[in-house]
Amino acid sequence: MDFHLTKEQLLVRKMYREFAENEVKPLAAEIDEEERFPMETVEKMAKLGMMGIYFPKEYGGAGGDVLSYAMCVEELAKVCGTTAVVVSAHTSLCAAPIFENGTEEQKMKYLPDLCAGRKIGAFGLTEPGAGTDAQGQQTTAVLDESGENYILNGSKCFITNGNVASTFVIIAVTGKTVDKRGRSMKEISAFIVESTDPGFSQGKHEKKMGIRGSSTCDLIFEDCVIPKDRLLGKKGDGFKIAMKTLDGGRIGIASQALGLGEGAVEEAIKYTKERVQFGKRISQFQNTQFQLADMHTRMQAAQFLVYSAAMKKQNHEPYSMDAAMAKLFAAEAASDVTRRAVQLFGGYGYTREYPVERMMRDAKITEIYEGTSEVQRMVIASNLGVK
Amino acid sequence: MKIIVTVKQVPDTSGKVAVNPDGTLDRASMQTIINPDDMNAVEAALSLKDELGCKVIAFTMGPPPAEGMLRELMAMGVDEGVLITAREFGGSDTYATSQIIAAAIDTYGVEPDDIILAGRQAIDGDTAQVGPQIAEKLHLPQITYAGEITKNGNEITVKRILEDGYMTIKVQTPCMITCIKELNNPRYMSVGGVFECYQKPLVTMTYETLKDHPLIDKSTIGLAGSPTNILTSFTPPQKGAGMMLEGAGKETTDKLAGILAAKHII
Repeated sequence: MDFHLTKEQLLVRKMYREFAENEVKPLAAEIDEEERFPMETVEKMAKLGMMGIYFPKEYGGAGGDVLSYAMCVEELAKVCGTTAVVVSAHTSLCAAPIFENGTEEQKMKYLPDLCAGRKIGAFGLTEPGAGTDAQGQQTTAVLDESGENYILNGSKCFITNGNVASTFVIIAVTGKTVDKRGRSMKEISAFIVESTDPGFSQGKHEKKMGIRGSSTCDLIFEDCVIPKDRLLGKKGDGFKIAMKTLDGGRIGIASQALGLGEGAVEEAIKYTKERVQFGKRISQFQNTQFQLADMHTRMQAAQFLVYSAAMKKQNHEPYSMDAAMAKLFAAEAASDVTRRAVQLFGGYGYTREYPVERMMRDAKITEIYEGTSEVQRMVIASNLGVK
Repeated sequence: MKIIVTVKQVPDTSGKVAVNPDGTLDRASMQTIINPDDMNAVEAALSLKDELGCKVIAFTMGPPPAEGMLRELMAMGVDEGVLITAREFGGSDTYATSQIIAAAIDTYGVEPDDIILAGRQAIDGDTAQVGPQIAEKLHLPQITYAGEITKNGNEITVKRILEDGYMTIKVQTPCMITCIKELNNPRYMSVGGVFECYQKPLVTMTYETLKDHPLIDKSTIGLAGSPTNILTSFTPPQKGAGMMLEGAGKETTDKLAGILAAKHII
């Protein structure tokens, strides 16, 4: 395996670091405190091509690669978990499924605006009764009498970027089908919905434990009318599209977890070299040294898994299990490492004066969204043929 | 019309400064950055490019790894890089450096509507001499310390920011303008720019390329052609920790007077 980054990847990482340090870090505590979506940062990122990193230039993308995208989310998450997930959900959950499953017309219609950040994207799969059990979808999409429009009814919940997005990829039930074994199943399809479509509305902002600046809300469809050419992929392909989209999304969330953990290690190294107790810098105590050595080792291992999954996706190799392993490991490492960072900071770590308590709150969600750690284990076990 | 920007790779002074036994900087062991004032010159060039659509070419003299800096500038939007590099050019002071860069710019060609931009000065030598010397050697008008640049046809208006005021000067192209940090805020590289920058043209000018130019002579370039002799270089000793007294009342001034008296300063 080649562990060397290309010249372009090294350079773009430098740019992400400068941007994160100068533009993102100064706002991180404020947007968390105020539960405010960092629109001004999104505008800046859009200008720099960060909202469409790995899409081809013909669709308005920056012409980069999947690893460069993962590194962007990682570098942002080092200083702000919220900003990182804005990019991740927009790219992996909205632009990617349109790019991978859309017709040429759909790609030309939606990708340039998404890649340029003129529009923010989101993805609607989860429903109050269909979380991990994604087959339990209740939202329906039915062709109207004219046969020209789909009518959507139902609701989605916990939608990242929900209140700020104007382009949505929505999963809905379009009928009944029979599986390979002859069992009756819901037929699930994917659609592109615009925020201006009649009958579509966004619910109230969800108050969360972490990533508090990110927008999370319900999406409500009340006889929402969309033209039939908004069907994404073939009718009945929705579940496949959703699962494939989540495979890609997991690389983004794994990168977010990776960055959060790495950011906490950096903060802890800096702090323990300054903090004096018993007449010594606390970095001089062996407990601190061993803690930091373990923390860094875990994040480094996470980085290899995340980068490997990103490179497999880039090379069009199967990466479903790799993305699941990357997300499982990086999310659990991030939760553990941020918690240990708070411990190294002691009482100061528990205050909002230092960023590690925020990082600890932000890290927890990476074990939950886009498939809980338990779901990742199911995906991995299934890939191992363990039934 | 085109804009030429001269840039320099300098040691990152926020890190450790290392000095060779002969008194010159040990550049190899130090992290490098793009000289900050040069970034303002690059931003000024790119802003003019955004407005007028002209080509921007960055010139630098340095060892081959300076290509990395030129690629970064290309990722910001610079169209082309010129790397001037040769053993014969090593050890040049400002006189010899400006001799070589002027020869390189002249070889590349200066048209009547061109602008040459440079940073005010480099943070390693702090001389502020190379930009003006290049202008002299190319027989071009020069304006230093530009805090505002506006272009109207071939006439350029520059607001020079000086210690005790400002001065507004008009100049005709072609001309040399040196830029200060008040001029603008340099942009970031863009993701698309990064993925294009290694496909952009990079011209390398060596001693062979420039040796027949009238400005280039063994006695005017390199260490031998440099009238400046460095006697010694050293890292300045760290100043002791300062003391802050806060408050606007008599109590604070009494305290200050007490401290100064105790040190026999007053």
